[in-house]
Amino acid sequence: MEPKTKIKAENGKQELVITREFDLPLELLFKAYTEPGIVAQWMGTKVVKLESKKQGSYQFETADAKGNVVFQANGVIHEFSPNRKITRTFEMENTPFGVQLEIYEFESLNEDTCKLTMHVIYETVAQRDQVLQLPFAQGINMAHNRLQDIVTKLKQ
Amino acid sequence: MNLRRDVFQAIADPTRRAIILLVASQSMTAGAIASNFDTARPTVSKHLQILTECELLKQEQNGREIYYHINATKMKEVADFIEPFRNMWDDRFNKLETIMKKFKRK
Repeated sequence: MEPKTKIKAENGKQELVITREFDLPLELLFKAYTEPGIVAQWMGTKVVKLESKKQGSYQFETADAKGNVVFQANGVIHEFSPNRKITRTFEMENTPFGVQLEIYEFESLNEDTCKLTMHVIYETVAQRDQVLQLPFAQGINMAHNRLQDIVTKLKQ
Repeated sequence: MNLRRDVFQAIADPTRRAIILLVASQSMTAGAIASNFDTARPTVSKHLQILTECELLKQEQNGREIYYHINATKMKEVADFIEPFRNMWDDRFNKLETIMKKFKRK
């Protein structure tokens, strides 16, 4: 089965393109990006602020079980065209990844399906490559944390 | 390309990632690895089999014992590849789709 989410990341370029088709009408996909409560659900983060309008800004924050903040991100919305396009910046705080520019294009395919094209531009090629490898590093980290939990439990 | 897909299936499982991490610090026998998990021993054996088949772990006979150690070359290949990044977005988008389908029915 062909994967639903596709990523185009050419070697030596400081950008990448993510595309995905959804079994959803266009309006619902757009809503999933603009309503704070819904964004929080699928991004798995607390939405501290999300002003879905031109020159609006947003802030995400995720805490672990102990209440320590493990992820903080923010950005500013530059273009906001309902059901068509969002251009915004995205910055993961306290990381070396810099500020990235994100261009989201929303397209209707028919009444029940739509397509998202997410074009992300990084400051440097090195930063893009680091971000690309992040989920793998996190996966190992999560495994490590779990392992620590198990070991701690054994010691008790 | 089948092999490559298998590698990512292998690391998609949190127990298998924990095993990789354990073995990364030192070569271990199946028994020693299993003693680190609450999971039943045959389940750990199955995980070790998958990791070995994908060449993420290598077996080494030492007397009567078989030691597992990490295959650094293969791990590097995995780390360089963008598949985990794609999976992360695919998971997010699947969640988005599920949530909005429910929203539609309301």
